[in-house]
Parts: sequence; C-alpha cells; structure tokens
Amino acid sequence: MMTKSVTTSNLAALQMKYFHQFQQRRIHVQHFTFWGELRPQHLKETRVILQHSGMIDPREIQEYLAVGGYSALAKALAEMSPESVIDEVLRAGLRGRGGAGFPTAKKWQFTRNSPGLPRYLVCNGNEGDPGAYMNRLLLETNPHSVIEGMAIAAYAIGAERGLIYCRSEYPSTIQTMETAIEQAYQLGLLGKNILGSDFTYEMDLARGAGAFVCGEEGALMESIMGRRGEPRVRPPFPSIRGLWAKPTNINNVETLANVPHIILHGAEWYAGIGMENCSGTKTFVVIGDVEKPGIIEVAFGTTLREVIYDICGGIKGGKQLKAIQIDGPMGGCLPSAYLDMPISYDSMQAVGSLLGAGGILVLDEDTCMVDLARYFMEFTQGESCGKCNPCRNGTTHMLEILTRICHGQGRLEDLDMLEWIGEYLPQVSFCGMGQAAPEPVLSAMKFFRDEFEAHAVEHVCPVHHCRMPIHAMAAAA
Amino acid sequence: MIKQTLTPAFPSDDKRWRIVETAMKRSNYQADALIETLHAVQEAFGFVDESAMQFVSARLNLPASKVYGVATFYNLFQMKPAGEHTLSVCTGTACHVKGNDQIVEFLREEYGLNPGDTTPDGKLSFIGARCVGACGLAPVLIFDGKIVGKLSVDEMKQKIREWVNDES
Repeated sequence: MMTKSVTTSNLAALQMKYFHQFQQRRIHVQHFTFWGELRPQHLKETRVILQHSGMIDPREIQEYLAVGGYSALAKALAEMSPESVIDEVLRAGLRGRGGAGFPTAKKWQFTRNSPGLPRYLVCNGNEGDPGAYMNRLLLETNPHSVIEGMAIAAYAIGAERGLIYCRSEYPSTIQTMETAIEQAYQLGLLGKNILGSDFTYEMDLARGAGAFVCGEEGALMESIMGRRGEPRVRPPFPSIRGLWAKPTNINNVETLANVPHIILHGAEWYAGIGMENCSGTKTFVVIGDVEKPGIIEVAFGTTLREVIYDICGGIKGGKQLKAIQIDGPMGGCLPSAYLDMPISYDSMQAVGSLLGAGGILVLDEDTCMVDLARYFMEFTQGESCGKCNPCRNGTTHMLEILTRICHGQGRLEDLDMLEWIGEYLPQVSFCGMGQAAPEPVLSAMKFFRDEFEAHAVEHVCPVHHCRMPIHAMAAAA
Repeated sequence: MIKQTLTPAFPSDDKRWRIVETAMKRSNYQADALIETLHAVQEAFGFVDESAMQFVSARLNLPASKVYGVATFYNLFQMKPAGEHTLSVCTGTACHVKGNDQIVEFLREEYGLNPGDTTPDGKLSFIGARCVGACGLAPVLIFDGKIVGKLSVDEMKQKIREWVNDES
C-alpha cells in the first residue's frame, strides 16, 4: 500500500500509472458485481453513475483512480469556488434522488447560508424499501464515487465533517465503505489539506440498527445521535437546525454519486441527459414478474414500456401485465394504461404517485391486488415508529380491515372505512411515512375497485391466487 | 446531572465485557454512541439483555429507560439468545410475491414458529427479514448465512425439512 499523498499536481500521473496496471488485469464485468445482479448495459440504458460498476475492484482505490477518479474533486478544489460548485449543480438541474426530487443545489444553498458552525453533511444510505437495492449496489461496486461526491458537496456547503449512514442489514456494504474510507484517508483524499489545498474534510460511517423510518431526515439524525429513530418537527429544517443543532445537509447516496460527473463534464452535458426540468439518469430495481429482473439505469423520459418490455425482457411466461407498483410500500400502483408514460418526478406526481427511491414491482395477471395491499400495509404497520397516533393506529386499523377482507370476512362498508382512514392519514401524520402509508391501498382501490368488492362482498378472489381460506371460497360458490 | 465518578463493575467476569468497554472508550463514553455500543454488545453476546442495558446505561451516564427505549426500538437488537441455527426468510416484496408468505405459514403450522421465535430445544431460530437485497434470487431463504434462492414453494418446504431433520 502506497502512503504518499495525492495532490493536484501528481493526480494525473497516478491515474495514468494505475490505468496501465488496470488494463493489464482487466477482468470480466461480472466479476466484481454483487451476486451477478448487474447485467451488461442494454442499448436503451444510459449509464452515468453505474458506468464503472463491475469494471473496477471496489476494494482498491487505485482502480477508481485508474478510471479518472477524484479528478472532479481536484477540479472543484483547484478551479472552482464553493459558490460556483453550487451554481454548476444548479444549472445541471440535479434533483434529490431520495424520492421527492427537490433541487439539490438549492438545499446546499440553504445550508451554506444558514448561520452556525460547524456544518454537517450526511449521506442517507438507509435504503429500507423491500425490493430496492440500488444504493447497496452502488456503494458496493463503486464506493469512492460516493465519497468523492460527498467531499465535493462538503466543499460546496462548507462542511468539515461528513457521515454516511448505512443500514446494518447490509454488512458487506459497511465493510466495503469502511475499507474505502480508510484508503481515501491514506492517500490524503480525506482529512486535512485534501489534494494539497486548504480544504479539510473528515468522514465517518454511522451504522443503523434496522429501522425503516430512519430513512426520514429527522429520524436519521436522531439515530445518528444515538436515540430512538423518531422524526422531528419540521420546521426548523435540517439545513437550519440538524445534527447537534447545527446546519446539516442530507442527501441521498445516488444524488451524491452524480455530483463528480457534473463537476467533471459540466452542467450543460448533464442537463442534456434526460428531460427538461428533470435531467440526468435514475437507477431502478425492477423486480416481480419480468423475464430479467435486476438493476438498471435509464435517463429520465424513458417510458415504463421501454423499461419493462425492452430492457427487462417483458412479462414472465408471456402473461399479461396487470399493474406496476412504484416505490415500494409507500408508493402507488399504476395499471397497464400508464405504460407509455415517461418516467420523471413531475409525470409521476401528475398521476398522483411519487417516483420514490427507485423500486419498480411488475405484477402479472395472476396477482391478487388485495393481498398485495395487505402485504404493504403489514410492512408499514410493522415499521411505524409509534411517535404519532394517526400513523400508529391508522395503519393498524387499515391492516386489520385488509386482513379481514383477505380472510373472507369483509363487508362493503370496510372499503369506505379504508378510504376514510386513507384520506385523513396524509393530512394528520407527523412524517412522510405516515402520510404515504395508505397510498398503495388507495391507488389499488382506485384502479382495481371491482377486485376489492369481489373480496369484500362475494368473498371470492377473481384471480384465484390469494390466500383466502377455502371455506370462504366454498361458501360463496 | 451528577457526574458519574465510580466506574461500574462488569456485570460478570465474562471477558467479552472488555470488548464492550473498548467500544465505549473509543467513542469517549459519549451518549451519542449508544447505538454503536449496543452493536458491540449484540456482536459480542448475540443479544442485549437487562444486565447489559444496565451496565451500558451506567457507563454512558444515561437513564436506563433511554437505553431500553433504543434497544427495543431497533429490530437488530435481540433481547433473548438466538438458537443454534438461524433460518431467515426474506419477506421483501419480490419474495412475498413469489411465495415466501406460504413459507411463513408453513413454519407456523408445521413447527409453531412465528417470526422471531426459537424452538423450545433452542435448536432453530426463525427470523423474518424485511429485505436482504437479493431480489433477483427471489424467493430467498438464508440458513446460517447460506443463501438459497430461486426455489419453488414445495422445494423450499423440502429444504427446510431437510435442515431441521439434519440438525436435530
């Protein structure tokens, strides 16, 4: 292991040296990908943040340097002021990849302008949605891209300390990240006087302990401070009063991984990918009844049809598509009529759903929507932190009703009750989790009302696929 | 708050308490490091029991209620020792759709195990995992860290019977 520090002047030479070594020991793409989940790029994919995943060894910082790593950090430190970094990201139109799509540069601006020192930077890697592992794959195949993005973000907002919060359920991710941070320290890419400049940035890893709600900003900060992961009152927003009551900027893993590419290639290049008002690419994990489930990266504006039928090979066994469920247990489902809708934050909002973190669940004609709605509600109910009454009790009631319907003991009034609870939860819940909790149930009821009625009134499952007890089915027949 | 002056003794002369002590020392006995400390306890002993919580609360100068609150809030911290073997059934979306819900039912009917339970003889613990992030392999079972995926429901039942009979 080399211990000489990297500086702006010797960075290019080192990159060159490692590139030659890298070329000599180039291995098959699949070698470094996590459980072989990442397939070679499909023609309709646009890979920006995943472009080196699988090509380089995540355990060796030299491999990241070989593909031009840390050039963006060097450029930002040597040629740009923090304000111009923020301006570049603003013009690139980068939006937060955590789900809400808030412009990243504006968030940085708020944190930079808010009084109080020190400021903190937090990378939110608490990827808890069942069926989504985009961040895991990114952190395990290219951890340095996130570290570099964090260093640039810290420079832009004027933070001297950064934390990456990783789920404890992903021990291999924690291990990879710890190794990567250690190696970056050894080469002087983290710590004091990075790359020979006067910029100092210390970075740590914080471990979660298995709580879905810790993906919420307030709960995340509470968890880092060693308390129960319960959300905080907003405002004040984290950018005003965050960790240890200091200004704190929280970004998603994927958002930060985009930053080096923007700095290196320029805002115009990045704004050219994707759509207007929604530039860049997004990684998705496509699961369920498709021929080739897995992780993909597409430019915004790609349609769901292209994702499901072209990139993922269509529905398994040549069956019909029934619904697409986006953003795991907090997201809505869309019937097949929405297949040609381009994917973007705004288009999803227009149909009353959120794009979310990037899980796409494809369901074929044999899926029972009532059972699925019950499954998601079971998840949300189990993960509700219990701080606020509406979420704690509302999700429990909805789960009870859905379980009753699934056991063939439903009534028509149950459906009205579900709608009624579902309407008030978003208005009165404390945090985003409770507000989004009824979404899978409500959207399923909106598009597949007849199926819910068949379960609740006639006590039969039209697709004959749910776990409704036999006696209930027989009684109805 | 009165500053703790006396060093609380280890709950027992088990050497593993030293690991916990080192973890707390590394973070300078800061209350913020509670979760890290509980991680250390969990890793050293496999579970976090009452004596451990009391020790940590005294050492970090935190009310015992706070420590209990945090330890019970997070799914990772177990209050009782796990069985000799652990069977994790992924209950993530992809695995649910592909039949792991039936496996959970099967374990309940055949062995009387609910998620989080251990058989009376302490041989097998059954854990319902939220999502292990291997959705491409769905449905996923993890037996003592060994991942088994892409099986049909009947094949999975067969596998579970094999494991249980093999070990008991």
